[in-house]
Amino acid sequence: MVLLRYFICVLIIVLVPLAVFRKKVLSNREIVTKRYGTNLDTTNTMIGDSVSEVIRREKTIKIIKYIVTYTFLTAVAIFIIAPFYWMIITSLKSTEEVNLPDPTYFPRKIIWSNYRVAMTMSGTYFGRYMINTVIVGVFSTIGTLITTVLSAFAFARLNFKGRDILFTVFLATMMIPGEMMVITNYITVSRLGWINTYQAMIVPFWVSVFYIYLLRQNFKQIPNELYYAAKVDGTGDFQYLLKIMVPIAMPTLITITILKLMGAWNSYVWPNLVTEGKMRLITNGLRTAFTDDQGRSPYNLQMAATTVVTAPLLFIFIFLRKYIMRGVSRSGIKG
Amino acid sequence: MEVGKKQYKAWLYLAPTLILLIIFTIYPLINTFIIAFKENYNYLNIGYGKGPDSTEYEFSSWGLANFKAIFTKGDFLQYLKTTMIIVFVSVPISVVLSLIIAIALNSIKALQKFYQTVFFMPYVTNTIAIGMVFSVMFATHGGLINNLIKVFGGQPQNWLGGDLMDSAGNSLYPSYWKSMLVLLTYITWNALPFKILILLSGLQSIDKQYYQAAQIDGANKMRIALRITVPLLSPQIAYLTITSFIGAFKEYSSVVAIFGNQAGPKGYRRQMATVVWYVYDRMKTSDMTKGMGYAAAAAVVLFVIIMFFTAINSWVSNKRVHY
Repeated sequence: MVLLRYFICVLIIVLVPLAVFRKKVLSNREIVTKRYGTNLDTTNTMIGDSVSEVIRREKTIKIIKYIVTYTFLTAVAIFIIAPFYWMIITSLKSTEEVNLPDPTYFPRKIIWSNYRVAMTMSGTYFGRYMINTVIVGVFSTIGTLITTVLSAFAFARLNFKGRDILFTVFLATMMIPGEMMVITNYITVSRLGWINTYQAMIVPFWVSVFYIYLLRQNFKQIPNELYYAAKVDGTGDFQYLLKIMVPIAMPTLITITILKLMGAWNSYVWPNLVTEGKMRLITNGLRTAFTDDQGRSPYNLQMAATTVVTAPLLFIFIFLRKYIMRGVSRSGIKG
Repeated sequence: MEVGKKQYKAWLYLAPTLILLIIFTIYPLINTFIIAFKENYNYLNIGYGKGPDSTEYEFSSWGLANFKAIFTKGDFLQYLKTTMIIVFVSVPISVVLSLIIAIALNSIKALQKFYQTVFFMPYVTNTIAIGMVFSVMFATHGGLINNLIKVFGGQPQNWLGGDLMDSAGNSLYPSYWKSMLVLLTYITWNALPFKILILLSGLQSIDKQYYQAAQIDGANKMRIALRITVPLLSPQIAYLTITSFIGAFKEYSSVVAIFGNQAGPKGYRRQMATVVWYVYDRMKTSDMTKGMGYAAAAAVVLFVIIMFFTAINSWVSNKRVHY
C-alpha cells in the first residue's frame, strides 16, 4: 500500500515535467509512428499514453474546479445582491403592480414619483431627520477625533506610570456588552435633562476605545527619531502631535471619520430611547413611519424610503472602499 | 530629565477621554449591577433612599427580587431560548460559510476584487433598512421567496404573517421556526462580510511554502484545507468566533427590522423577542417599578452568560489556536 502510493508519487513527479514537454513527446511519437509504422518501443508508448491521460484528467479537474468555484461565488454574490435589487425595483413599481400575487422581476412602468410621495408622507419628517443625523454625525465625529488623537498620543508616545495597565483596562471595556451601560446612561441623560436633545446623542459617544487602539498602532509606527529631532528643534509635544503625527496618520483619521459618520447614519437603538418626534434620526424615521402598529404603507413607498437611506452608504462605500475596508480589516489583526 | 512634568502632561492628554469613559462606561457598568439588586427601583426618585413606597422612595429593599421576577413572571425564558438558538445556529453557519467563501475567493485570480467588493456590501448598509427589504422579500403575497418556491413547484409559505387570513377571516400566524428561518437568513447575510474580509486577509498572509510542501507530499485539497489552512487561520477564526458570539447574544436590530417594534407579527407579539429586546422594552415601560430594575437584572444575566461563553471560547482557543 505504502509502496504503491510512493510509486504513484514518483510517477507524478516524473510525469509533471514530462507534461510540460507533452507536445514534444507527442510529436516525437508521431514521428516514430510514421517512420516505423506501429513498431514502437512499448515502454515509450506507455509513458506517452499515461502522460496525455494525466494531462487530460488534470485539465478536466482544473476546469471543473473553476466552474464549481465561480458558480459557488456567483451564487453567494446573488444572495448578497438580491435584497438590493429587490429594494430598488420594488421602489419603482406602481401600487397595483406591488399588490400582484405573482411579483414582477422588473417594473412594468417605472414610477419615480414614489420617492417624492415617500419623502413627504404625513407624520414623517424625513428632511428634518436627515438634518438631525448630519448634526449628530458631525459633532460626535469631531469630539471622537479630539479624544482619540490626544489619548492615542499619550499611549503611543508619552511615558507615564500605569500606562500599560490603563491601556489593558481600556481594551477590556470593549468586551463588555453595551446593554450594561445603556440602562444607567439613559438615567444619567434623563437626569441631566438631555432627553430629546442633540447632546444626548452626541456626548456619550465621544470616546471610542477601538479607534484609540487603531490610532495608537498607527502612531507607534512613526519612528522615534522624528520625535527627538523635533525636540532638538524646540518643538513642544502638542506642536509635534499637530504638525507631524496627525498628518502622517491622516489615512487612519479619515477611516475613523467615515466609520463614525456611517455609525450615526445607522444608529437606531439609542436615539430611539432618548428622543421622540422631530428629534429622531433617519433610521428611526424609517422604521416607525412605514411599519407602525396601525398597518403598513404600500411596499413601494417603504422601499423608496429604504433606498433613500441606503443609497448614500453605498455611494460612500464605492468611492471610499479602500479606507473602510482597511479600517475594518485592521480590527482582525491581533496586536 | 523632566519625568515629573511628563507624567502630569500625559494625564492631561488623557483627561477628556478618561472623564468621558468614567461617566459613560465605568460608572454605568457598576451602577447597572447595583440597580439589578434594588427591588422596586424607580430612577425618578434617585436620592430619596430606601423606603416601603416606590412612588416616594428610590427602592424598597435589596435582594434578588428583580431576578426572581424576570425568571418567573413573563416570557424571559422564551426570549433567552430564542437568543440561544440565534447564537448557536447563526455563529457556526456564518463562520463555516465565510471560511468556505474566503478559501474559494483566495483560489481565484480573475474577478477576485469584484467578488470581494460585492461580498463586503452588507457591511456598509443599514440593518433596519435591509431588514425591511427582507420582510418584503419574504412577504406571503407577492414576495420574491414565495414566488421562487412556486416556480420550482413548491407550496408558498406563511413566513411572517401580517395580512394573511384563513377562509373564516382569522389572521394566520406563521410558525416560530418559519420566522426563525427568515431571521437567521438575515443575520447570516449581515454577518458574512466582516468575516470574509478578516479571513481573506488572513489567508493572503499565509506563506505559500506550506502549500508547496503539501503539494510535493501529495496531500489532497480537503486535507490541505483542514491540516494547513484552518490551523494557520485559527487566530482569526478564534477572534471571529468570540466576537460573533458576543454579537449574536446581543441581537436586536435585525429582529426589530423584520418583525417591527413588537418583535412579532401583528396580533402575535413578542414571538421573536430576544433578551436585548426585553431589556429595551422594560426601559421604555411606563410602569416605573417594573422598568429599570427588571432591565438591569436582564442585562446582568446577559452579561454573565456572555462572560461565561467568552471564557470558554478563550479557554478552547488557548488550547487549540496556533499563533
